[in-house]
Amino acid sequence: MLLEVDDLHVEFRTRDGVARVLNGVSYHVSAGETVAVLGESGSGKSVTAQAIMGILDTPPAFVTRGSVRFHGEELLSASPERRRAVRADGVAMIFQDALSALNPVFTVGFQIEEQLRVRRGMSRADARARAIELLDLVRIPAARQRVREYPHQFSGGMRQRAMIAMALALDPEVLIADEPTTALDVTVQAQIMDLLAEVRRERRMGLVLITHDLGVVAEVADRIVVMYAGRIVEQADAVSLFGSPGHPYTAALMRSRPRLDAKGTALETIRGLPPSLLRIPPGCPFHPRCPRAEAVCVSHVPPDVRLGFGRTSACHFAEEVVGG
Amino acid sequence: MAELLEVRDLVKHFPVTRGVLFRRTVGQVRAVDGVSFSLAAGETLGVVGESGCGKSTLAQVLMRLEPPTSGTASFEGRPMFSLRGAALRRWRRDMQIVLQDPYTSLNPRMTVGDIVGEPFEIHPEVAPRASRSGRVRELLDVVGLNPEHINRYPHQFSGGQRQRIGIARALALRPKVIVCDEPVSALDVSIQAQVMNLLAELQGEFGLSYVFIAHDLSVVRHLSDRVAVMYLGKIVEIGTEEEIYERPTHPYTQALLSAVPVADPTLRGHRDVIRLTGDVPSPVDPPSGCRFRTRCWKARDVCATEEPALITRVGAHPSACHFAEERHVVP
Repeated sequence: MLLEVDDLHVEFRTRDGVARVLNGVSYHVSAGETVAVLGESGSGKSVTAQAIMGILDTPPAFVTRGSVRFHGEELLSASPERRRAVRADGVAMIFQDALSALNPVFTVGFQIEEQLRVRRGMSRADARARAIELLDLVRIPAARQRVREYPHQFSGGMRQRAMIAMALALDPEVLIADEPTTALDVTVQAQIMDLLAEVRRERRMGLVLITHDLGVVAEVADRIVVMYAGRIVEQADAVSLFGSPGHPYTAALMRSRPRLDAKGTALETIRGLPPSLLRIPPGCPFHPRCPRAEAVCVSHVPPDVRLGFGRTSACHFAEEVVGG
Repeated sequence: MAELLEVRDLVKHFPVTRGVLFRRTVGQVRAVDGVSFSLAAGETLGVVGESGCGKSTLAQVLMRLEPPTSGTASFEGRPMFSLRGAALRRWRRDMQIVLQDPYTSLNPRMTVGDIVGEPFEIHPEVAPRASRSGRVRELLDVVGLNPEHINRYPHQFSGGQRQRIGIARALALRPKVIVCDEPVSALDVSIQAQVMNLLAELQGEFGLSYVFIAHDLSVVRHLSDRVAVMYLGKIVEIGTEEEIYERPTHPYTQALLSAVPVADPTLRGHRDVIRLTGDVPSPVDPPSGCRFRTRCWKARDVCATEEPALITRVGAHPSACHFAEERHVVP
């Protein structure tokens, strides 16, 4: 297994109390695989990624339990030097907002070259040549000139490409993409998703795609992890999940999305709001909003019910939900 | 349906200036560059396009928050841009706006009651002072908020609830048209559906017309009767919701629809995929002739020299392309 997250618990100790942001999150990524982590704001999808990368702000965030393993090696207890090394050529990450993720006072070229010089010991000239190759690879036009420009001179789509080039510079085995196309227009989003798919295929890289967009997930994911209130509520391959969702939350999410291929009438909605992480409801965290909640949902946290190969749903009635 | 709003050749240019002491204009951002459409009572016109296409500037000009560079618009048959004084104030009651960001469009120092009731301060003839608090409670109830929360502040509400507050404020003066500028873009999927349903309900209840601006094509289709597709300050194609989504004839509309991810993994590899290259050109110096030609796979010499008019060439709706033809891209 390339990258494995196991029973991860993270809490934020704030002035208002302890927010339980992750409550036992487990998933894994293999080489060449695309795993989509789907969830709404506050579901914990980005915090999981930050815990994997070791870039959580502590305090307020504390990992209280669980493990993150890369090629079987525990990262949570590794030394800062070792973690830095893994961040360099093991697991790389790209972010939603490329403008704030890039340093505005250095050229794009410098920011790509810096890692090559520090980690690979390349000369300035070699690093520059490699940076141009990388910008070419992510299809930035006129890479030779662009390498000398600053982030603000790039358009939104090009900045995202530059960040991908930077992430790929040290040939990572896993790329975590946190909402990489959310800030982009659809035509540019399509270009960036194509690029990520191509890079993944050619390098047999593991790709963790964090998103809230069901459409994007349906187009690229091999496996899907659905998160709600810091828990994984469902894990399945893409075709099964979209064919017959196994958790009421996933099912409701799909029905509440307007369609491109038909006008439709009123949308089905999920009543209420996601819970405050300071006060997660007892039992199943989704029960106050769930159309099929019963007494057991309030009193008992649902186990992960197996629904076939590699497929689980954290619902007391998972079998009935998946059956329709 | 009688036309409520009629917009003709609307243009809005913003000057680009250089120099501090001697400011001189070095160019124009052609944000909106000749837009015409009409809106009937009770109708929803969707406006879609990517960032920089001018859709939000269009909203600002329609609300008279920005003066137009040229062009005309009439509201119930009367010219809208020449209104002054009392007539202007009266007209402002009829047209209201809901903004995208529910976090920055509500004053954090005002209570919900003050926010929703503020329109009555400006237009006291609509509701006498004594009845205002009752009206505000009614409005909160109409948009699905608890009227008891009238004394709370915006930060005590979630994003979806804040958007409801914005909608209640827009409804206060009983407008005829509400311009919605990306009203659900900042919301999560499950909350987005609630707000979209609310907008649809309110339309039925109050006979509202919407100009619904958004970049999400599925959201626009869901709420719109007719749809206008914008690119670099111009409408490139306009028609009924069905015409635009089922029988698009402009290459840009086709590319836009084809780029929307579809939530069905079994369609992977079976879709008609059009991939545009490059980015939208700068509106300061748009391409000659057809503005889409630099990214268009159909472009020929004529596209660089002659600007295609927005007229009906094939099918039943207008499209601004010399080589318009139907192509089915939505699976």
